[in-house]
Amino acid sequence: MEMSIWWPFLFRWLHIISGVMWIGLLWYFNFVQTPSMPKIPDEQKPAIGKVIAPTALFWFRWGAMATIVTGIILAGFLHYFPQVIWLDLGPANNHQYMPIGFGMWLGTIMWFNVWFIIWPNQKKALGIVNATADEKKRAARIAGLTSRTNTLLSIPMLYCMAAQSHGAF
Amino acid sequence: MKNPLDSLGKTVFLGFVLTAVIAVFMHVVK
Repeated sequence: MEMSIWWPFLFRWLHIISGVMWIGLLWYFNFVQTPSMPKIPDEQKPAIGKVIAPTALFWFRWGAMATIVTGIILAGFLHYFPQVIWLDLGPANNHQYMPIGFGMWLGTIMWFNVWFIIWPNQKKALGIVNATADEKKRAARIAGLTSRTNTLLSIPMLYCMAAQSHGAF
Repeated sequence: MKNPLDSLGKTVFLGFVLTAVIAVFMHVVK
């Protein structure tokens, strides 16, 4: 295999496994943990809040970081950065990179949500940083709604990522 | 009014709706 093909493939593979780590844990939070919390007896809740959630959040946010870093490197190898930023919509463009453009924008919004909204608010909600009871409640609400927003966005994001080179465009 | 994002089912449904909107947009403008 030529090295010029190998390097983009290596980063595509790393991008996919990082993305599975990230979106897998996003869906764990939204499809499993959050709906299960009301069914767990109060005395057992600390096992989730103090042990499982902080560990899951660690791999979740660093999975998100690894996904965007490997994605940017991959886009650099493939030379389509200028086109994807504008969704390949310019009059001189043939729109061939529009799906990956949408996918990258959706993924970037989701990465921003993880690092600048979900994680800072989860730190308050889980007691990792000091916060009053009211601040904790508000932080949990913001983190929860943003996590749901990311779950919503993950559906078209994965469609666009796959659509670019698998026949759906 | 209750936030639709409080419902997991509505969240997933809206995700599919947004996917359809983007897919149709891409087909129309390409």
